[in-house]
Amino acid sequence: MSMATLVDVAAWLASGCFGAAMLLAAWRVIHGPAAHDRVLGLDTLYVNALAMLLAYGLRFGSGAWFEIALLIALFGFVGSVALAKFLLRGEVIEP
Amino acid sequence: MSGIESPWVAVPVALLLVAGGLLALVGSLGLVRLRSFQARMHGPSMGNTLGLGCLIIASIIAGSAAAQRPVLHPLLVTVFVVMTSPVTAMLLIRASIHRERSRLEVSRTRVAEQQ
Repeated sequence: MSMATLVDVAAWLASGCFGAAMLLAAWRVIHGPAAHDRVLGLDTLYVNALAMLLAYGLRFGSGAWFEIALLIALFGFVGSVALAKFLLRGEVIEP
Repeated sequence: MSGIESPWVAVPVALLLVAGGLLALVGSLGLVRLRSFQARMHGPSMGNTLGLGCLIIASIIAGSAAAQRPVLHPLLVTVFVVMTSPVTAMLLIRASIHRERSRLEVSRTRVAEQQ
């Protein structure tokens, strides 16, 4: 087995693990008993999606994956903070 | 990828990839399996920081070996996630405390009204 195949198999395995982690987080988003459970599940979901894109970028060796992952990190953080702020105060941007 | 053929690059990259994937999976399993919300906060944060850290180191090694020069831009993602995830966690914990307390107060006033 050549070394590139080893890295390829490991990247496949890591992508599968991240996909399973995304499914578990989606289960928490759907079934979460409270609203803050759903927000936590969404937070986990976007970080796992970001990690999956990074694993793809490692396998295919292109630069665009990294920028997409950075954008997901940015917008996911903004979304999670907006949702948590809404749960805390009842509005996102306070007057 | 050209530099990936060397076993000194490929074996650590493969090990870090598998470790990162398993850590993220364990973190999400904790999100599903643990009982209370305060316990559930811990699983994903462990999986995210440690798993993403392993993945970033792997992609730095692989990218540097492929480009034959140090490639450090994947560090940006780690820095960003490590900086922002405590903010989200703190806001979520505060929201959960606030909501639990207001729910308790509502049920307490309801009990007091019934008496």
